[in-house]
Amino acid sequence: MTNFENEPMLDIYIYETSMFLDQMEQVIINCEKIGYLNDEAINEIFRFMHTIKGSSAMMLFNNIAQVAHLLEDVFYFIREKKPKEIDFSTLSDLALSVVDFVKVEVNKIKNSDAPDGNPESILEDAKLFLERMKKNNKVEESVEKPKTTEKQQYYIPQEKKSKDVASNYYHAIIHFEEGCEMENIRGYTVVFGLTDLVEEIHYYPSDIAENENASEIIKEKGFILYLKSELSLDELNKHLSETIFLKELNITEITEEDFKASYHQLDQVLESDVNFVLDENVLDHERKEIAETKENSETKENREIKEKKDLPTTSSAMISVNVEKLDILMNTVGELVIAEAMVTQNPIVASIDSESFQKSSRLLHKITGELQDMVMSIRMVPLSTTFVKMHRIVRDMSKKLDKEVVLDLFGEETEVDKNIIEKISDPLMHLIRNSIDHGIESEEERLEAGKSKVGNITLGAKNAGGDVLIIIKDDGKGLNRDKIIKKANENGLLERSPAEMSDREIFNLILLPGFSTKENVTEFSGRGVGMDVVAKNIEAVGGAVIVESEEGIGTTMTLKIPLTLAIIEGMNIKVGDSRFTIPITAIKESFRPKMRDIIVDPNQNEMVMVRGECYPVLRLHSRYKVKKAVTNFEEGILIMVEYDNRILCLFADELIGQQQVVVKSLPNYINSIKRIVGIAGCTLLGDGSISLILDISGLTGLRIR
Amino acid sequence: MEKVLEDQYLEEDTQKGKYLTFVLGEESYGIGIEHVTEIIGILPITEVPELPAFIMGIVNLRGRIVPVMDMRLRFKKTFNEYDERTCIIVVDINENSVGLIVDSVSEVTNISENDIVDQPLLSSGASNQYIKSIGKVGTDVKLLLDCEKLLTHHELEMITEVNQ
Repeated sequence: MTNFENEPMLDIYIYETSMFLDQMEQVIINCEKIGYLNDEAINEIFRFMHTIKGSSAMMLFNNIAQVAHLLEDVFYFIREKKPKEIDFSTLSDLALSVVDFVKVEVNKIKNSDAPDGNPESILEDAKLFLERMKKNNKVEESVEKPKTTEKQQYYIPQEKKSKDVASNYYHAIIHFEEGCEMENIRGYTVVFGLTDLVEEIHYYPSDIAENENASEIIKEKGFILYLKSELSLDELNKHLSETIFLKELNITEITEEDFKASYHQLDQVLESDVNFVLDENVLDHERKEIAETKENSETKENREIKEKKDLPTTSSAMISVNVEKLDILMNTVGELVIAEAMVTQNPIVASIDSESFQKSSRLLHKITGELQDMVMSIRMVPLSTTFVKMHRIVRDMSKKLDKEVVLDLFGEETEVDKNIIEKISDPLMHLIRNSIDHGIESEEERLEAGKSKVGNITLGAKNAGGDVLIIIKDDGKGLNRDKIIKKANENGLLERSPAEMSDREIFNLILLPGFSTKENVTEFSGRGVGMDVVAKNIEAVGGAVIVESEEGIGTTMTLKIPLTLAIIEGMNIKVGDSRFTIPITAIKESFRPKMRDIIVDPNQNEMVMVRGECYPVLRLHSRYKVKKAVTNFEEGILIMVEYDNRILCLFADELIGQQQVVVKSLPNYINSIKRIVGIAGCTLLGDGSISLILDISGLTGLRIR
Repeated sequence: MEKVLEDQYLEEDTQKGKYLTFVLGEESYGIGIEHVTEIIGILPITEVPELPAFIMGIVNLRGRIVPVMDMRLRFKKTFNEYDERTCIIVVDINENSVGLIVDSVSEVTNISENDIVDQPLLSSGASNQYIKSIGKVGTDVKLLLDCEKLLTHHELEMITEVNQ
């Protein structure tokens, strides 16, 4: 696919295929969780595979198409035959191996390598599985789906026709979804799909294939069918409800007399219209022709329809945009905001005494503000996609290691900048693996320790004091202090006497390069390169890893991701001419103190009494040497902030207001000169001015130390 | 004649030999044009606490946060109030964007290598370590800045500041 013209198509192919694969992976894993395949899942997987197969074949990626085709066969069989015994775990293994294979191939395509992976072993597996399933469920070979894959959805086993069962008569009205277009062709598809199932079929409008107005009639009145068939109402209902873009289906059973009467009536309504009775002979004769044209139109059409149908359900009208463009957009909007402020706050303009002008300038201000908020939030992505991927890891690991592990998620809606998400995905994966491999004990060990035999891992995220905390918690055996010390000693990682070190310091030793406590190396982890890589990756985005553990109870790893570019809800405050922003999550309350509540100790440390409790006071203006600030307590305001159970009252001039702010780090140059305690970064306020974001953990730590 | 044209062409072709000149008090300075990204008028400056006095704070340059450095204070001169002639020269040095606040910007001028002399090592004034060389333009003398040094060496300086 080196041809330039093909590239947009290739992009779409890669995008869609990856999306389908991700969705499919989730479907499989979800099913595995509930322990069986529901119809919906089967249909969904079938559709994914069908689409991937189709588009891969179109792009000439035959390996992918082949694999997808085979898996499609498997699911087709399951869908149509409803085998009672399915080796479910093998099936999901198979499906996931297909997903993995295609993922690898798609990745190769993305990197403009040839997708040259060898699908033989997967194909072998799939064939074997299909064979076995057929054998187990005693289905004759003749039922096997015909080679022409395009027809499969309409394929109806032959023997049903030959059976001599009393026929039933039905009246059916089909309404298609609004805006699905080409109702006449859809109707035709329905009729064609039914031809093998029914003995007689009459429909209105009857000239659907030729008459373009038929669409309108179907849109208005629905597509009316009169059927004579040996199928039961349920069977028929099921068959018809699979119709694509079906909005409403109405089937009623009628008597033979009614049947005849009604379609004669129908004919009368249609007056001279030929009543198009599809008798078997005519059909056989016509079928070749139809099949030929159909195979063409249908495959294309179906694929289109399917894609249309698939997209809105899961990825609600998403588009992917180049991040660079977003950056440019963000800067431009930033410029717009300043320009807007420059215009509206210009003294000449401000002196214009016109209500309508003021009105429109306020409107302009509001719109630019909204625009800025929007642009800033665009880059933020919820962690859910990253988190959900971990289900797969847990599944694979617990299967391989024969440990039952349940992964719980919380706070996955927490939003983090896209760049950060990309950088934390690998470390997360590593930590989860570590937890399962090293943390969670084997079943026997767990039972012995009096725990439930199923291991629990909790993965969560929350905004805390301006940081995003990602927490990975397991209820495994925890870290052994002595073992770590011994190991660290062996590897020469100890710099101080262990007796002097706190638990936390000792646990942090596992983050050092070349440390691994697990005696035996497994496929997943234990090479001693894991944790230090995790720590390095997290540090690379300016974060930190915190290890907490209690032996026998579990380990908690906390990734503290900085708020760089994270959006936080902040309270803007004024101190002299300076503006500061406090993360709203840190604020407990704010109040205007009374002089009698202020206590000063001999060291000139000020404190304030609130409801009988005494809290330290930090004057921001003296801390940061801000001139022209309010110094009298009764004229300013105290903001009580809390971090990690440490409470502090900040003294400021006044509150300006609450706002969602995008956190920017201070310029590198400034960081290289000095790390300012208590300043986490800065943000742009609506008027283009800069506010410094206070780092509450730094400020509260200040006093305690 | 042809030779002259060629030389001129070469000079124009590359940024080498081009300097942006600016004024601080009585003196005229030059900075290699390759470092300069833009020149803007003075912007509202947000003070950042606990930094050396010559770093005035940060400005919002179209959504980008850029630290600004007062060149007068940097060179231990007296502080001058900013006016409409005051300019911020935004320079890019080792991937750090920094704004340099100067009294006013003069022009972009060519100084050929023949007109540049090394700076005499005799004097030990505060600003000397940032002066790479001295360029002659007609009868004027331009002090040419060493940009890298402008951003480094601050630690040393801060220590001396503390000591004082």
